[in-house]
Amino acid sequence: MDSHGKVVTSPGSAGTLYVQAKALDIGYSNEIVVADINFELRPGEAIALIGTNGCGKSTLLKTIVGLLPSLGGRLTVFGMPPGNNRPRIAYLGQFHHTGFVLPIRAIDVVRMGRFPLYGLWKRMNQQDDEIVFSALRAMGIEKLADSPLRSLSGGQQQRTYVAQVLAHQADLLVLDEPTSGLDAGGRELYLQAISDELRRGASIIVATHDIQEEAALCHQVMLMARRVVAVGAPQDVLTPDALLKTFGIVVTGDKHLQVLETQHGHGDAEQPDLNKKGP
Amino acid sequence: MDLLITPFSSNSFMLQALIAGILVSIACAIAGTFVILRGLAFIGDALGHGVLPGIAVAILVGFPGIIGAAVGAGFMIGGITLITQRSRLSSDTAIGLLFIGMLSLGVVIVSRSNSFSGDLTRILFGEILGISIQSILIQLAATLVIVAIAIICRRPFLLLSFDPEQAEVAGFSVRLYHNVMLFMVAITVIVSFQTVGTLLVFGLLIAPAGAGALLSRRIEAMMAWAVLFGALSMYSGLLISYHFNLAAGATIILVTVLIFFIVFIIQNIRQRRLPRPQELTHG
Repeated sequence: MDSHGKVVTSPGSAGTLYVQAKALDIGYSNEIVVADINFELRPGEAIALIGTNGCGKSTLLKTIVGLLPSLGGRLTVFGMPPGNNRPRIAYLGQFHHTGFVLPIRAIDVVRMGRFPLYGLWKRMNQQDDEIVFSALRAMGIEKLADSPLRSLSGGQQQRTYVAQVLAHQADLLVLDEPTSGLDAGGRELYLQAISDELRRGASIIVATHDIQEEAALCHQVMLMARRVVAVGAPQDVLTPDALLKTFGIVVTGDKHLQVLETQHGHGDAEQPDLNKKGP
Repeated sequence: MDLLITPFSSNSFMLQALIAGILVSIACAIAGTFVILRGLAFIGDALGHGVLPGIAVAILVGFPGIIGAAVGAGFMIGGITLITQRSRLSSDTAIGLLFIGMLSLGVVIVSRSNSFSGDLTRILFGEILGISIQSILIQLAATLVIVAIAIICRRPFLLLSFDPEQAEVAGFSVRLYHNVMLFMVAITVIVSFQTVGTLLVFGLLIAPAGAGALLSRRIEAMMAWAVLFGALSMYSGLLISYHFNLAAGATIILVTVLIFFIVFIIQNIRQRRLPRPQELTHG
């Protein structure tokens, strides 16, 4: 993993915070999914959100980009409430139009990544074309630029969506499971691309299942299980015990504990013993 | 050659029908493209039914039908919005009943008219062979408005068709541009009813754009195909109805639907033969 070494220097003044959450409550239509979230994100830094499906990762991402209102506490993005700095934020959601009906080429999808910078009227120029093409190249799909989206495989489509986010050259990248559906080659390109984004000075918030490589690349990790289990530097947070709390135990509605999954053990750490730690 | 051109060159009503028909085709191609991409077929159909009582009232009172149609369309959109917001479980049932309620209401109102069946046929199937110059001018203005909307809103409309959340995050209000899109579809239905009627306009909205979607890899190309198929249907539908003495509006719609299924079948056969591109160029 040397080629994706962590970017140590963070550009921008030390005082600037791209994202700040204090005692933040998030959820849907007044039902709180996760309460009391606290974290800060500086320019050039990345934070990984880790947890099972339904743990609140996507809800947090949607709240940050302004798709959902926050339900309590304080959240600022670029020093303002969410939704005020749209041209600076690139968002990759989890569910996509597969382009089954929509006639659109891969390059058109990537080009859409530039729209937030240009609004209704402003014309795109040759520099935009170059940025779009380099985003395609970064994800290794430049040869597929003219292919219809619907003719691409799932992995190729996912590469296209990642390229769209890269083409934005945003200050804040908000990514919901960007590596889902990517093959090994695609994941490698993706990890390289986000290292480059960080080096450029952008910040990244990414929901991921990839504890091994992606989370290790981030400056901070937040473990979530409908609450914040832990947040901090990867080496401090990704402990077998915390991972067990995140993935191994799920509180069901009637408050009894249930062991669901344990295969997310970290690196060479020993697998937690279910029989001892289970309820 | 005489058979193909003379009907239009020697009968002014045929020429006017063709001009009006081509303008309607352009409007329907653009609006229909987004109806298909955004899955608004339902709304398009609803509008077709919704305008009927409005037109019926206008005819009884002696107002221009187009004003009645606009009121009816506004009422229908309002009704659907209200139902969708209020009920989560059975909105399709309620909206379906709203459709048929509006249709029945229209027929009931028209039944008060002296020439019941004549008026009803005109409203449902249009009177393309009796289009006035004034109607053509209104149609022209409406088509220009629709073209302008499609050009101005090309970026938000593309994002909206791709992924509404993406549009919202990019700074294009989903609610605003969705409403602009509905407005565009409503204008299309309102001005098209004289040409092809409230019942048939849905066909012209969906069939040419649907065939275009099967053939294109870009939205612009989809629209261009839709205009071509729409105009072709107008010309050949008018010609067939002229030579065989058939109902013009219905013949036109029949041709568009036929074109759609021909394209659909050809595309299916071709796709079965050709390997998909990903198998050739695996990234």
